[in-house]
Amino acid sequence: MHDIHTIDPVSRIEGHAKITLHLDDAGSVADARFHVTEFRGFEDFCRGRPVAEMPGLTARTCGICPVSHLIASAKAVDAIHAIVAPPAARAQRQLANLGQIIQSHVLSFFHLSAPDLLLGMDADPATRNVFGLMQAEPELVRRGIRLRQFGQEVIAAVAGERIHGKGIVPGGVAEPFTTDKRDAIRAGLDEALTAGTDTWQLLDGIVDGFRREIGVFGDFPTLYLAHCQPDGTWEHIDGKLRVVDAQGGLVVDQLDPADYRDHLGEAANPDSYLKSPYWKALVPDDDPRPGMYRVGPLARINVADRFGTPIADELLTAFRDRVGRVVSSAFHYHAARVLEVIASIELIGRLLDDPVLYEPQVRAQAGINARRGVGASEAPRGTLFHDYEVDGDGLVTGVNLIIATGQNELAMNRTILEIAREYVDGPQLTDGVLNRVEAGIRAYDPCLSCSTHALGQMPMALELLDPHGQLVSEVHRH
Amino acid sequence: MSLTPPRPGGPRPNVPVILDGEEVLAFDGETILDLARRLGSPIPTLCYLDGLSVHGGCRLCVVEVNGDNRLPLACATPVSSEMDIRTDTSSLRDHRRRVIELLFAEGNHICASCVSSGACELQDLAAENDVDHIHYALEFPRIDVDATHPKYVLDRERCVLCTRCVRVCDEVEGAHVWDIAQRGSQSTLVAELGKPWGDATSCTWCGKCVLVCPTGALSFKGRSTGEMRHDPDVIAFLARLRDEGEWIDREEPAP
Ligand code: SF4
Ligand code: FES
Repeated sequence: MHDIHTIDPVSRIEGHAKITLHLDDAGSVADARFHVTEFRGFEDFCRGRPVAEMPGLTARTCGICPVSHLIASAKAVDAIHAIVAPPAARAQRQLANLGQIIQSHVLSFFHLSAPDLLLGMDADPATRNVFGLMQAEPELVRRGIRLRQFGQEVIAAVAGERIHGKGIVPGGVAEPFTTDKRDAIRAGLDEALTAGTDTWQLLDGIVDGFRREIGVFGDFPTLYLAHCQPDGTWEHIDGKLRVVDAQGGLVVDQLDPADYRDHLGEAANPDSYLKSPYWKALVPDDDPRPGMYRVGPLARINVADRFGTPIADELLTAFRDRVGRVVSSAFHYHAARVLEVIASIELIGRLLDDPVLYEPQVRAQAGINARRGVGASEAPRGTLFHDYEVDGDGLVTGVNLIIATGQNELAMNRTILEIAREYVDGPQLTDGVLNRVEAGIRAYDPCLSCSTHALGQMPMALELLDPHGQLVSEVHRH
Repeated sequence: MSLTPPRPGGPRPNVPVILDGEEVLAFDGETILDLARRLGSPIPTLCYLDGLSVHGGCRLCVVEVNGDNRLPLACATPVSSEMDIRTDTSSLRDHRRRVIELLFAEGNHICASCVSSGACELQDLAAENDVDHIHYALEFPRIDVDATHPKYVLDRERCVLCTRCVRVCDEVEGAHVWDIAQRGSQSTLVAELGKPWGDATSCTWCGKCVLVCPTGALSFKGRSTGEMRHDPDVIAFLARLRDEGEWIDREEPAP
């Protein structure tokens, strides 16, 4: 036994992932939990603030996908103002969200997952990172960096240069779009698209080497939830939600995100700051796990029938011919991400051609016309809900945020459990287990700040606990 | 001795003083701040605003005179003959940094989410005076935002008690909605002796207080992070119109 007691996740360094594996009396892994310590006290922090400040305030909660928070938050404030942002503003918001999807997915794929995928899960941890990859595949890494830059430029064109852009505001966006910006983005479109499709070829070429991982990494049935257009086309920012089951059967279609409470419950976790949302209809008692659903790239491609763009649709069809209409292995989040990058680039090209984008009217003004407003969008990692309540003066009285990582938490726990059952052998945890668990979690690209750790290795702690909660073994990585 | 241009139609400067080691001539009755500004030596200020009476409350504009360690306020001290004025010594810089840090410590000045970020005099002062962290315990006050006015918002957590709003409302608009109630660390800005702003019947909705506020304490309703732009210089312009009794176009209108 180690002479260390379990440190309460509250006091443990923020941004670290802590995972506990729980053994049963027979000594096999019975349960797994992923602990998240983010979003501490955030709701309290917002209470009493003028609601117009919420986009800026919530964007600061997350340095990884601030644009997603800006958009969902601005939409929630729009709902409180009871207005619809002008068409040009909606087009600009779309552009920013597509840019965000590209830059976030590319980061996840090239910087964080590619070392595992291309160098192998058992490669030396000292080189199994983005630097090692740079040695082995310099051209590939360079293209990844350029592609991410492309996404960032698209974001900057709408939201401003800084990471926490402020161009997305209640009522619309701050400024009309210009043809200069268009030309700058257009100049990078072809290269981005080639980089996207080449990445797809690359992933396609190696996926067969990961049969075992594909089988173990979260390959279980769940529901999938995402925005989707009424005709089944992929959607990332406007409109309503669709929920499908593991066979692709429609559970609910065109659900207004504002009515999420009718269908989603939120289970509080004793050991995590994140609540675990679940699909109410499948949960008869206190245990939320039967109501497990997944969001994010995999959910979006399971939910949507098509992207509605030629290249991404062709690849999606080929992908489905191989793995089926609905894919359940979390390993395929990688594929879904690359497909979404390609579709996003195509959609950006289309938006730039649309004269609506350049209309000068970009902001609607209004007072407080509703006491509650819900804004939702597809963040790179999945559906994001911002739900605000205000008093008559527009001061916030209640906030509820549902973020992607929370919604995937039940599925992530199950994924870790299955990986642990497959790879944990005896009471001693090994680096091999840690690597697999890490890769399994990373497939979901959870939005901990650690998940963008530059070395491509998540600072994390994996603990094995006996049935009485006593620490049996642990492995750490800083 | 450097020559200073005469004021058109006015007297010539004739008071000899030393400003940062240089012999210069000041106008009779001119404040140290006016002199320094006229000759291009920047002295940081916060509560002072051209066009309003002098308040002398923030103590940022302190200078050293004749090596004395009582530090007079440049905004409130007229020059007198043979003064040896220093506007920029290491102890003055130290003092100013402390004042700025204390202002940060007693409010909630979270630039990242503030409406006035990018157009805030407190933020600028911090940057110009190398305040990169606060050495005092932060108070984290919790004071309710007053959003009862249909057009404006008052966030007292961001108020630095400069009284610009109090003075502009009293001296320029003539409404006298604002006052500072209580004393010391309890001091707080109140509308009509403590009413919600929206209930203050003397408020003419003119918005001058919002324009002169150096921080995000007063803002236009509906502004999001970093969207607020104040326009304190408009008061000097209005004062000039009032003094000259005629309409003149403003040279540099606000952006
Ligand atoms: S509200 Fe603004 S102008 Fe008025 S005293 Fe406070 S900081 Fe100064
Ligand atoms: S500017 Fe002189 S005391 Fe404030």
